[in-house]
Amino acid sequence: MSGVLRLPKFLEETLLAGNLTASRRSFLKSSGALVVSFSATPVGRALAQVAGEGLYLDPDPLQLDTWIVIHPDNTATFFVGKTDGGQGTGTAFRQMMCDELDIAYDKTSLIMGSTDTTPDQGGSGGSDAIERDGWPMRWVAAEARRVLLELASDHLNTPVDGLTVRDATISSKLDTVKSVSYAELLGGERFQIGLTGDNINATRGVADVKPVNELRVVGQPIERYDIPAKVDGSLTWAADVKLPGMVHARNVRPPVVGATLQSIDESSVSGLPGFVQVVNRGNYLAVVCEREEQAIDAAQQLKAVWTPPSVAPFPESDKLFDYMRNAIPTSNRERDANGDPDRELENADLIIEADYEVPFQGHTAIGPAHALADPSDGQMTIYSNDMKSYGLRSGVAEFLDLPREQVRVVYMDGPQVYGRSAADDVGFEAAFLAHELRVPVRLQWMRDEETAWDTKGPAYTFKLRGGLDADGKIVALEYDARALAYNHLGYNDPHTVLIAQLMGIRPESPAEGPAARVSNMYAIPNRRLTARVVKLPMIWETPLRTGNLRDPNGPQVTFAFESFIDELAVVARADPVEFRLDMLARSTEDDLFRRARSLATVRAAADAYGWDSRPSPNLSVGVNAGRILRGRGIAYTFRNGTIVATVAEVEVNRDTGRVWVKRLVCAHDCGLVINPVGLRQTVECAMLHGLSRALWEEVRFDTEKVTSTDWASYPSLRHSDTPESIEVIVVNGDPRPERIDLRPYGAGEASHKPMIAAVANAIHDATGVWMRRVPFTPQRVLEGMNAST
Amino acid sequence: MSIVKLRVNGVTHEVDIDDESMPLLYVLRNDLGLQGPRFGCGLAQCGTCTVIVDGIALRSCILPAAAVRGEITTLEGLSGEGQLDAIQQAWIDEQVPQCGYCQNGQIMNAKALLDRNPNPTDTEIREGMEGVLCRCMTYYRIQAAIKRAAGIMTGAVLDSDEQAASSILSASVAANEPEAIE
Repeated sequence: MSGVLRLPKFLEETLLAGNLTASRRSFLKSSGALVVSFSATPVGRALAQVAGEGLYLDPDPLQLDTWIVIHPDNTATFFVGKTDGGQGTGTAFRQMMCDELDIAYDKTSLIMGSTDTTPDQGGSGGSDAIERDGWPMRWVAAEARRVLLELASDHLNTPVDGLTVRDATISSKLDTVKSVSYAELLGGERFQIGLTGDNINATRGVADVKPVNELRVVGQPIERYDIPAKVDGSLTWAADVKLPGMVHARNVRPPVVGATLQSIDESSVSGLPGFVQVVNRGNYLAVVCEREEQAIDAAQQLKAVWTPPSVAPFPESDKLFDYMRNAIPTSNRERDANGDPDRELENADLIIEADYEVPFQGHTAIGPAHALADPSDGQMTIYSNDMKSYGLRSGVAEFLDLPREQVRVVYMDGPQVYGRSAADDVGFEAAFLAHELRVPVRLQWMRDEETAWDTKGPAYTFKLRGGLDADGKIVALEYDARALAYNHLGYNDPHTVLIAQLMGIRPESPAEGPAARVSNMYAIPNRRLTARVVKLPMIWETPLRTGNLRDPNGPQVTFAFESFIDELAVVARADPVEFRLDMLARSTEDDLFRRARSLATVRAAADAYGWDSRPSPNLSVGVNAGRILRGRGIAYTFRNGTIVATVAEVEVNRDTGRVWVKRLVCAHDCGLVINPVGLRQTVECAMLHGLSRALWEEVRFDTEKVTSTDWASYPSLRHSDTPESIEVIVVNGDPRPERIDLRPYGAGEASHKPMIAAVANAIHDATGVWMRRVPFTPQRVLEGMNAST
Repeated sequence: MSIVKLRVNGVTHEVDIDDESMPLLYVLRNDLGLQGPRFGCGLAQCGTCTVIVDGIALRSCILPAAAVRGEITTLEGLSGEGQLDAIQQAWIDEQVPQCGYCQNGQIMNAKALLDRNPNPTDTEIREGMEGVLCRCMTYYRIQAAIKRAAGIMTGAVLDSDEQAASSILSASVAANEPEAIE
């Protein structure tokens, strides 16, 4: 262990080296200089003081030194309490902070999300990295620049307004020979400047951020710093960390959900090579061996007797929606009600009604959940890709009854995480095993475990009723949603993780998942939206527990709502784009200019696509005479400040039911764009993830267990499903687009949200069939087409 | 215990194996310290663990180490003397990875595909890559990167730097000029 970050040397190198420029990286690698030079820098000193004597104290967000360190070579390292699952937020953070600090991008590096080295910004979630968490980063960088200008004013004997800053060097405007670098000003010392703010998002100093027209690094298409090491094989991932004396563990899950462990026959594995120990508490069971493949083998060989539960934990997946519709809700919340929908539905000229269904869908990471826990020195270090590293740290401390300052999480790269997932669970499990064995334990879930037992995005049923007047305008709409989101995986809450539930630990009251409202700016004079939560017979120890999955309810809710808007447009014989624009134009709300920006975004999507105005479906058009039916659909929504409208163009094979989304156009208004390449890639991938959920993803189960256990039983999007073209149109629909205080909003979840709806609407346009049940598998589409002919 | 000789990235290793069926993946990762191939499913369904053996992309999670006779290449072995393979460069130029966990499999399968068929059609790319999964859904960029690499390797594109500057940058510069619509 090196003395400063108190990480293994190679890790220390990894955490920093990943984001240096390639040339610097290879130089440092070949010279072996990085660790040595790093240890001698103020980063080391700052961190050693922050960390205290052998304790993992919380870095103080109200100290500028927690966020920014200027090195003697006039480079800087930024420390932020976020994580980057590959959406390029790390690069974007550097860009924002570089602009405010006035330093060249390639003279900086960034450390993220490790609980004893970066301030607690909560890790990632909600696509708010830029929208919310970027603000303290910008403010503290601006404050550092302000402080350095004051130091320079003394040093150069020139008033601050007579100084100019460029590339971390401050000069006199009149006499450019008079100049001094940031590093010279600090002389190896720390800033020692306090900040203010009653919460982490409000953390700032005196200085304000620059106006948009003075930003130089923000807006540049800078390539992501993390990509080269992911491509040349040099990156050390959380999955790769190895420590002396480390052993390997694998879990053994109940064969039937809710089963009670009666007995374990340890002799079934104790003679196996490398066997170390069977660990059991309650219904949690794991095997530990010296080598990884030994642990995998032993977990399969271990004989244990389980008693099945007296009541089936859940209905089979084919009967799930009937179950949900008949269940008594645990809560009924009315949201966004206005007018008198009951009366106006009575008075409407035409009423239609439709039911929609969305199954459980999984995070289902490409790499099964893993973590390495090290209990050395009576403390606990967890190497993890959990995007909520701070919650993991606090939760493990409580779970193991350790003082918080003896637990830390070192955040490292790992397979994608889009919310509360098994990346959490496995961190708790590894820590428990390490705590029991007193040696470093690496645990990884197997594929069947990941697919079956990871948290799920909630299943939904919807009933929508809408009434049109004689002019074909919506006069009333009633929306009734039921979410299966009971006993939701909580943030920071050790009672809700799987290992705790298997041990019989229960929270006082199970958390309900948020049954979200719909997000649109439509003028609908009379409406009622009711969101209900229902629960399954078994709420504990179940693989059908829910956790936030990429805009936790948005894809489901938007599917139902935006499909129903198209159904209403069809009976109104209106073009779907014009139908939406009409309702947006009549809206009177305009918070965050969402009305104006929604109009701009829907128009931009239609224009970029080359949308021809006509009602759906497209059945009468000559191009649809053949085996391949073609259609297009639009869906629109917003998430927080980001507005999105997506057009999907589909080809449906009349013989096989196979849907190919050939072209996607997404108009995306997220205000100020920090990095256009990162934004474009994030939007593309979020759309395709939505497409995967639209076409393929469904968690299947019988009355004993989840039967989706691999990529055959839980299909996901593949290369052959990839659209021929994906266009991302960056919109700035602000009424004053050149405003110097233009705000940045989020990306990722917003464009993920309307995908299912856009595809459903396009399939209807092509075939005349409404797909009201997700996913739109070839079989289901074929059945729909056969039923309609 | 038996000693197995493995030739990996040009170096011969002798490894003690106590189980004849032990998959190559665990030897590469845990005995030889390689980090390119990763565990994804253990079922040969996703491709995350792919290595190239004598020019053929194979799934090391089910391949018994004791059975391998040929020359094994891992992701780390694609680049030599600090020079990235054209495929790796194309992956950077197209900014392909998100989380990157599966990209070992994508790159190694693309490498084997292009070595076999240096100028694949779009259909051949889709078919050749079909069994390699990505849960970040970077497929669109993977396919673009394969086309870019194919262009470079067949000489259709003369200057890779010039091309590097073209597609991503033009797309992004265009995207970076927000269109005022209202």
